[in-house]
Amino acid sequence: MSKYSLDYLDHLESEAIHIFREVAGQFERPALLFSGGKDSITLVQLALKAFRPGKFPFPLVHIDTGHNFPEALEYRDQLAKTLGEKLIVRNVEDTIKAKHLTEPKGKFASRNALQTYTLLDTIEEFKFDACIGGARRDEEKARAKERIFSVRDEFGQWDPKLQRPELWNTYNGRITKGENVRVFPISNWTELDVWNYIRREKIELPSIYFSHEREVIDHEGQLVAVSDFIKLDDTDKVLRKKVRYRTVGDMTCTAAVESHASNIDDIISEITATKTSERGETRIDDKVSEAAMEDRKKNGYF
Amino acid sequence: MDLLRFITAGSVDDGKSTLIGRLLYDSKSIMIDQLEAIEKQSKNKEQGEIDLALLTDGLRAEREQGITIDVAYKYFSTPKRKFIIADAPGHIQYTRNMVTGASTADLAIILIDARNGVVEQTRRHSIIASLLNIPHVVVAINKMDLVDYSQDVYNNIVIDYAEVAKSLGLKDVTYIPISAMFGDNIVEKSPKLSWYEGTSLLNFLESVEVDKDINLTDPRFPVQYVIRPQTEELHDYRGYAGKVISGIYRTGDAITVLPSGHTSTIKSIEHNGKEVEEVFAPQSAILHLEDDIDISRGDIIVKSDNLPKLTQELDVVLCWMDNKPLVTGNKYLLQINSRLVRSVVKEIEYKLDVNTLQKTDATSATLNDVIKVKIKTASPIPYDSYSELRENGGAILIDETSHVTVGACMIQ
Ligand SMILES: Nc1nc2c(ncn2[C@@H]2O[C@H](COP(=O)(O)OP(=O)(O)OP(=O)(O)O)[C@@H](O)[C@H]2O)c(=O)[nH]1
Ligand SMILES: [Mg+2]
Repeated sequence: MSKYSLDYLDHLESEAIHIFREVAGQFERPALLFSGGKDSITLVQLALKAFRPGKFPFPLVHIDTGHNFPEALEYRDQLAKTLGEKLIVRNVEDTIKAKHLTEPKGKFASRNALQTYTLLDTIEEFKFDACIGGARRDEEKARAKERIFSVRDEFGQWDPKLQRPELWNTYNGRITKGENVRVFPISNWTELDVWNYIRREKIELPSIYFSHEREVIDHEGQLVAVSDFIKLDDTDKVLRKKVRYRTVGDMTCTAAVESHASNIDDIISEITATKTSERGETRIDDKVSEAAMEDRKKNGYF
Repeated sequence: MDLLRFITAGSVDDGKSTLIGRLLYDSKSIMIDQLEAIEKQSKNKEQGEIDLALLTDGLRAEREQGITIDVAYKYFSTPKRKFIIADAPGHIQYTRNMVTGASTADLAIILIDARNGVVEQTRRHSIIASLLNIPHVVVAINKMDLVDYSQDVYNNIVIDYAEVAKSLGLKDVTYIPISAMFGDNIVEKSPKLSWYEGTSLLNFLESVEVDKDINLTDPRFPVQYVIRPQTEELHDYRGYAGKVISGIYRTGDAITVLPSGHTSTIKSIEHNGKEVEEVFAPQSAILHLEDDIDISRGDIIVKSDNLPKLTQELDVVLCWMDNKPLVTGNKYLLQINSRLVRSVVKEIEYKLDVNTLQKTDATSATLNDVIKVKIKTASPIPYDSYSELRENGGAILIDETSHVTVGACMIQ
C-alpha cells in the first residue's frame, strides 16, 4: 500500500464530511435529526469533523416519542451540553394531544408511526429545508434504494418511482418552498462500519449498547424490556437476562439481544459472527408487512 | 482494507439482480432473516429454488413486476476487500437511474444473456460506461446453463462485443462466462466451464487494481463552506472547508483561486481536527491561506503551477435525463462540484445513434438521448476535461423551474 492510499473507513468518513458540508453550503435552515442511537451519534462525530472549530450550522432535533430508553435521553442531554450545540426536543405526546391523534393499542403499542406527525410539524415550525438523518442503505431494502439527497414533497412524502438522478458526488439540493430534503451522510456505511468507526474514534455510547442485566419477556423469540410502556399478559414470564441493544429505538419496538459483550471489541466480534440482520433481530415493527418501511417512508417517515 | 465500487448493467432480464443475489449468497453475506423473507416470496419454487433477485428488488412495484426500477445499493466484504454494489435497472425507461449508479463506479459488470447476445440495451449501457469513463469493465456472459455451457456461443459474443468496445474506446475489458442462477464462475471456477481459462468473477473483483485510478497529480480543491467561528479566541480564524477531489496539497504550496485568479500560499492544513503537512485525494480538509482574499463556496483552490481550463463556452457530451425534451436555447443551472451558474444550451452538434454508434443531426433531445452540445455559462467555469479528470469534468444541469436534475454533462 502506498502512503497515499486510504482505508475504506477513511473513504466513508470523507464522503460523509463532504455531504455535511454540502448541506451547510446549500441550505438555509438545516437540522440534524438526533435519536440517541449509535448512527446519529456517529453523525455528530462526523459533524464535529466537518465544522469544528466552528459551530454546527444546524441544531440537533429529537422527536421524542415518550417511549425512549432513559439512558438514551440522559446521553442526549449530556451530549448537547458538552458540545455546546443547540438541542430542540419535540414530543409526540404533545402532538397526540393537540391533534387528537389516536394512540395505537395492543401489547406493544408503538408510537413509531405517530412520530411522523411530530416530525412534519417540527419541520414546519422551524421551516427546516434539510433534515440530516442517520439511515443506512444496508438496514432495509427500501432504504437501499434511496438517494443521499432525498427530496420530500410538502407532505413529507417520498416517491420512490420518481427519484432525481444523483451523479458523482454532486448533490442537487434545490427545492420548491414547502418541500424539504432528507440527507443521509452515512448511506454507504454498514452496521459493522459504524461499530468499527466508533471503536476507531473512541466514541462514547449510551450504556444500553453494552451487556447489562435487565427484566425482559420473550416475545416470539425476541427479548423485550419490561417497562411501563408495554402491557404484560398473564402468560408472560418475566426473565432476568444479560442483554445489550443492537439498535436504540423505542422501548416498545426495539428488542434486546442476549449477550455478555461488555466492551466494543466483544460487540464487534459478536456482530461479525451474527447470522441475523440488525433490523431482523431487534425491530418488532418491521415484521408487520413486507413493505413496512417503504410505506412509512412514503408517508413522511425519516 | 480498500474499497471497490461496482455496478451491474445490461439489458432487462439479463440477470443483474440475480448475479448480485448470487454473489451475496455465495460469499455468505446474506443474513438468515433476509433469506427467510425472500424464500417466502419466491414465486418459482418448482425446484425449491429461491429468487435471488428479490434481495435487491426492494420496492413493492419491483417485486410485483419482477423488474428493477431504481438502483439498489448492497454491501459485502471478503477478507481481501470491501465492496459497494449498485444494482442498476436494465429497462430503457429507467436508464437515468443506471447513470446514477454508474457515475460513482470504479468498475462496471455488463451482463449479456448468452441466448440473445449483444442487444441495443447492452450497447446503450456500454456507451454510458464509456462516457462516464468507468475505469474497468467486465463483460459477464450469463445464463450459460441455457446454452449448454457452449464455448462457441461464448466466443461469438466476445467477438461481437469486442467490436463495440473498440468503437467506444473501452480500455480495460475482461470477459467471463457465468450462470448467475447456478453460481457457475461466480465465487468458484465452474467445472462445467472448464474450457474457460480466466478466474472467477469474485476473484477478479478482489484483485483488480483501483488505487491508481485516484488522481494524485492535478490538485483540485472546490471550496464547499467557509468556517469562521468569530469567537473571541478564534477571532481571525478563517478556514476553507472542502474535499481534495484530486492531487496533493502541502503547506507552503503556491495556490490560485479560480475563477477570480487571486493567488496566495497555503499557511496551514487541518485534517480531522489536527494540523497536518499534507492532504491528498479523496480526503476532506480545511485549508488556511497566508493572505486575506475573497473566497467563497463555489470557488476552487488549485496549485498555481497546475491550472485547470477556465471558460464560459463548454463542449459537452450530455445524457439527457428528463421527460421534457431539451430544445436548443433552453436555460438551466449548471452545477460542477460546489459551483452553480446559469447556463444556456447554445446548439446541439449531434445525437448518438445507439445502435450504429453513428452521429446524427438533431435539434432536440428526449429522455435517454446522448448528444453533443455547446453550453454557454453566465460566468467562467474552471474545469478539466472529463476524460482526463472525471472529478472536475462532470457537471449536472438543473431545471430552474422544477429543480430536477435533467442532464449529466461530461465536459470535453
Ligand atoms: N437459467 C438462468 N436464468 C437466469 C440466470 N440469471 C438470471 N436468470 C433469470 O432471468 C430472469 C431475470 O433475472 P433478473 O436478475 O431479475 O434480471 P435483471 O437483469 O436484474 O433485470 P432488470 O433489473 O429488470 O433489468 C429471472 O427469472 C432469473 O431467474 C442464469 O444464469 N440462468
Ligand atoms: Mg434487476
